[in-house]
Amino acid sequence: MSNTSTHIRVYVPRDASALSLGAEQTANAIAAEAIRLGADIQIVRNGARGLFWLEPMVEVETPEGRVAYGPVQASDIANLFAADFLHGGKHDLRLGLTEEIPYLKRQQRLTFARVGITDPVSVEDYVAHGGFRGLAAALKTSSADIVKQVTDSGLRGRGGAAFPAGIKWKTVFSAPAEQKYIVCNADEGDSGTYADRMIMEGDPLVLIEGMIIAGIAVGATQGYIYLRSEYPHAFRALNEAILAAKNAGYLGTGICGSEHDFELEVRLGAGAYICGEETSLLESLEGIRGQVRFKPPLPALKGLFGKPTVVNNVITLASVPIILDRGADFYRDFGMGRSRGTLPFQLAGNLKHAGLVECAFGLTLREILYDFGGGSATGKPIRAVQVGGPLGAYMPESQFDTPLDYEALAAVGAMLGHGGIVAFDDSVDMAQQARYAMEFCAIESCGKCTPCRIGSIRGVEVIDRIIAAQEHAKNVALLRDLCDTLLAGSLCALGGMVPFPVTSALNHFAEDFEPRALRAAS
Amino acid sequence: MARPAIPIQLRNEPENNLPPDQSAAVADVLHRLKGVPGALLPILHGVQEALGYVPPDAVHLIALALNISRAEVHGVISFYHHFRSKPVARHVLYLCRAEACQSMGAVALEAHAKKILGIDFHESTADGAITLEPVYCLGNCACSPAVMLDQELHGRMTVEKFDSLIQATRQTA
Ligand SMILES: Cc1cc2nc3c(=O)[nH]c(=O)nc-3n(C[C@H](O)[C@H](O)[C@H](O)COP(=O)(O)O)c2cc1C
Ligand code: SF4
Ligand code: FES
Repeated sequence: MSNTSTHIRVYVPRDASALSLGAEQTANAIAAEAIRLGADIQIVRNGARGLFWLEPMVEVETPEGRVAYGPVQASDIANLFAADFLHGGKHDLRLGLTEEIPYLKRQQRLTFARVGITDPVSVEDYVAHGGFRGLAAALKTSSADIVKQVTDSGLRGRGGAAFPAGIKWKTVFSAPAEQKYIVCNADEGDSGTYADRMIMEGDPLVLIEGMIIAGIAVGATQGYIYLRSEYPHAFRALNEAILAAKNAGYLGTGICGSEHDFELEVRLGAGAYICGEETSLLESLEGIRGQVRFKPPLPALKGLFGKPTVVNNVITLASVPIILDRGADFYRDFGMGRSRGTLPFQLAGNLKHAGLVECAFGLTLREILYDFGGGSATGKPIRAVQVGGPLGAYMPESQFDTPLDYEALAAVGAMLGHGGIVAFDDSVDMAQQARYAMEFCAIESCGKCTPCRIGSIRGVEVIDRIIAAQEHAKNVALLRDLCDTLLAGSLCALGGMVPFPVTSALNHFAEDFEPRALRAAS
Repeated sequence: MARPAIPIQLRNEPENNLPPDQSAAVADVLHRLKGVPGALLPILHGVQEALGYVPPDAVHLIALALNISRAEVHGVISFYHHFRSKPVARHVLYLCRAEACQSMGAVALEAHAKKILGIDFHESTADGAITLEPVYCLGNCACSPAVMLDQELHGRMTVEKFDSLIQATRQTA
């Protein structure tokens, strides 16, 4: 190996999903083999590119660009060195130039522009790839103008409810108070979603930058990231990044030499799905049981500790820097109808090519499932797809041509939510899926409303009777009735939307609820 | 005439029944965190991280430090699935029960796990090696089914991978 002073950069993700497939062992094996051979390399632990069927994906920097190999297990390393992968050598696992991989190339990565490319906790790397340019622009602008730009961009909350971010910010901006807060909702409780996690592990500085800009915009000097406790890797990455940002003068008093102050702290949740609901989250941050609050007052006016508070999802906040950097028009030009910009779709479950796809709103579900997802992992037909987390509807094949935007999904009785897409093959039993939805609601109910707390338990029992072929028609009617009660009598969307997975299963997959004997005979 | 003094009945504070090492750990956490805004969750995390659970005997110490009632502390511990009032085994295995994992065989994996470990959720194996807990998504939904052993995530679990993970875990301290 040549003895040049510039070492070859090798990238091995520190993303939790990559680690779950052996990335740590892969990185260790590369380090050990490099020492054995005297190869001069530098291993960078990047975020994941989001092509999870190829993880652990290793990249090498070459004069032509970054070359990817994957999936690379520790046992492949000696072989890869022998094939001179450090110079992009040929090998069965070689995937070519990373940027040319079709799955990536077809995407429009705005929020995820740096994820997988940079060292997530290096401020230097972040700045070298366009980081903190949004903040620089914000520091030259008035608060009111920052709020206006966010409004004009058309950015809507990515946590599920899709409320316009600019309007929320304006409310907090206009509320007089000596103390205001920016709270990042990093509870990411929806099953089938992991975009927040990938940002927090792969480019935490973009979230930090977004929160600083939000603070400047509304006049808040303290930020909290409420992170679910199931994400220990994100917890570490966020804390490393916060420390790095602080040391570089981006957090604390007088950020970047301006008159603005901003402090940031990560707080851990404790395994309660309901704490993703914003008022419950605020209760939890205050150190009490996470029970949903009545609205009004809005959190924007009386939020954390009774003060005006911006509560935004990770992706919402992480999309702010590019809007400030490139302008509201740039962002708004992506998307369709009232869904502007891009959404990181998260392809999950039974898909051959599960991964993160950031694209403008408007792709159809079928394009996502087949063009990107490559069909089911098991090779069987995809029978049902749950979009938008555990409270999202199950969509049958007849709805696969629905474009993925907020309004188009609502029109077919579904919802986009946080952008999770979970595919099931034809072995799925939809009566069981409906039962699980009710069970989940029973486990996670905050207990405030009777229909949600008790009704969900009754829901499980009714579905059990349907499955056991007891008085079918009567119990199906009872189940629908119960769903109506939940829909009408719940304070928040946990009880209020659990009818979506249940009734969509009933409506589109009625055969799974029919008495077993009948089904077997037909 | 002087009236006889009426003895004042002091509120009966329960004594500190924690073993000295646990007591010291709780005191340390309280000392570090009782001043932060919304201190109770950080404190409970601190105690559980130090001791593996929140001993019922720690509840009144926490309540005293925060000047809230024991019922409030207890209410918070019981509200959140993450906090435990019973000691755990050497390792905690979280098994994802949510939809993406279901689509890739989590239901069968759960049945297998309970069978070979001989326990249900929230229980520990007789050898004190593993506590089994359900979890509702680990954010590893592109690599389902997923489990987390202590803080280490594992993806695309199969029965075979699960068995060797258990075997390796049983051998570690
Ligand atoms: C039951 C329930 C769970 C929720 N979970 C989350 C969550 O995990 N993450 C999130 O960002 N928003 C979640 N939300 C939405 C929040 O209440 C809120 O709308 C969001 O944090 C606002 O931020 P945004 O406007 O940036 O989306 C949840 C809502 C409900 C009703
Ligand atoms: S619907 Fe359920 S989770 Fe929501 S406030 Fe009511 S009881 Fe709580
Ligand atoms: S559903 Fe199991 S990891 Fe997300």
